[in-house]
Amino acid sequence: MTLPAERAEMGTPDRSHEIMELQMGPSHPASHGTIKFNLKLDGETIVDCDVEIGYLHRGFEKMCEQGTWTQVFPYTDRLNYASPLINNVGFALAAEKLAGIQAPERAQWIRMLTSEISRITDHLTCLGMAGVEVGAFTVGLYTNEAREYLYDLVETLTGARLTVSYCRIGGVTNDLPAQFGEVLADRFAKIRAVLADCDKLLTRNRIFVDRMSGVGRLSQEDAISYSLTGPLLRATGVNYDVRKQCPYLFYDQVDFEVPLGSRGDNYDRFLVRFREIEQSMRIAEQCLAKMSAGPVIVSDSRFALPPKRDVYNSIEGLMNHFKIVIEGIKLPAGETYLAVEGANGELGFYLVSDGSGRPYRVRVRPPCFFGMASLGDVLKGHMLADIVTTFGMINMIGGECDR
Amino acid sequence: MGKLVDTIRERFADKIVDAHDRQGDETVVVARDHALEVYRFLRDDPEMAFDFLIDLTAVDYFGKTPRFEVVGHLFSLPKCRRLRVKVPVDEKDCRAPSLSSLWKSANWLEREVFDMFGIRFDGHPDLRRILMYPEFEGHALRKDYPHDRRQPIIPERDPVENPWPPRRLGAAR
Repeated sequence: MTLPAERAEMGTPDRSHEIMELQMGPSHPASHGTIKFNLKLDGETIVDCDVEIGYLHRGFEKMCEQGTWTQVFPYTDRLNYASPLINNVGFALAAEKLAGIQAPERAQWIRMLTSEISRITDHLTCLGMAGVEVGAFTVGLYTNEAREYLYDLVETLTGARLTVSYCRIGGVTNDLPAQFGEVLADRFAKIRAVLADCDKLLTRNRIFVDRMSGVGRLSQEDAISYSLTGPLLRATGVNYDVRKQCPYLFYDQVDFEVPLGSRGDNYDRFLVRFREIEQSMRIAEQCLAKMSAGPVIVSDSRFALPPKRDVYNSIEGLMNHFKIVIEGIKLPAGETYLAVEGANGELGFYLVSDGSGRPYRVRVRPPCFFGMASLGDVLKGHMLADIVTTFGMINMIGGECDR
Repeated sequence: MGKLVDTIRERFADKIVDAHDRQGDETVVVARDHALEVYRFLRDDPEMAFDFLIDLTAVDYFGKTPRFEVVGHLFSLPKCRRLRVKVPVDEKDCRAPSLSSLWKSANWLEREVFDMFGIRFDGHPDLRRILMYPEFEGHALRKDYPHDRRQPIIPERDPVENPWPPRRLGAAR
């Protein structure tokens, strides 16, 4: 090995402070998502980071314009595929706002219940992966097991684990299966046990805290300027939760808290998500308690398919069925924006209708898109290894970010 | 009509082309040349206090004049209300003022609108495609772009010889 002074004598340039350009991704084993970081590094310190997204772009918004309003639901499943039910609910509510109708009360409770189940699965995915990325592989297995308890339940309800397509304009496809509440209570008890284990494994774990605390900090001003919402914003201490500030469904009738952080670093983001799981379980339990029997979809033949009994036995039923399937539900001309609290933040739908059976424009406000926009700034000055934890806590879901 | 929309209308008079609150969404349509001024007022005025640029997108009203509308959604956390701001953009002069000096999130949002609709943003520090690749032909969300159109196969790009267009140096972010 030669010392810098000797190198200078020999005429070899000193390369110890040369800026190295490195392209990390788009398919890197440490990033669970197809994304590319164009990095400029000084040693292991990030001098500049340009984030490239778009590797999972499937033309969601373009494809929505090709079919009927109802045919948008399967596409929304594939936005944030860790919490598909919330996407379903968001689109259904936006379309109903445009149509000026309201789903029956029971359907609204069911939508809240399923939204919270989805939020739990999303947070479990994010937290488990956060553990795996810093070497706590056990936690990843534990949370995956906990998530599976809920996916099983979602399967009994919708017939699918991920591609649920459960909501319809004016309600939901079917009622809860028998004994849903009892099974859910049993599953929640199991999840609480898993969470207690994860809490012991992570929250005060020296390695985990050292890797997360103080890393990826963002001030309140920057978080607002970057339009961050959800756990990323609440980790900085700004109290904005769509469910509290602009309540939809019956969120104003249930009792829950919004966990807040203070420093806006990765550790606070982790804690906010961790505590939100407990709050979501509280909301789900209240939904089940407050729900009363009733229809789960509107009986308005302009928006909902008539019962099969009518389709096969009456000419009106057959015609209504035919019109909805072939021409699609006709939403009145106009435009609307409606936001729900997705697992990653405000999930907004901006719909434009020209009065025909097809959407004129469907725009999704993807919450993690904004987190990714801030990532380049957040990472400056950090170490190369901090990319993994910060990216993990932003919880970029390719299907939603790139659409 | 909502009080909010009336206040904005009084303040800017003829700079506001149209205003309504259909479906409960308060909306103002602003002439393009005054858009930045109105947005700045909405953000900075303590009565307005719209601190979040929640979303920015565009709609292609193909066959109408002006053809495009750049649609912004604002949210005020202190006042807890929303506002939609629409800026008509003509096809022949397809540009709009950039909001990147007001909100950091406008940078990526405007890149997406440019990528999908081909609307250029004056004053944007770093306007390049974001979801699509540089060689992509056309703008996918325009109504005259067929959804099943095939793109030409492009040769493999040597990342050293011919890198992805880099971010402009000194660009404000």
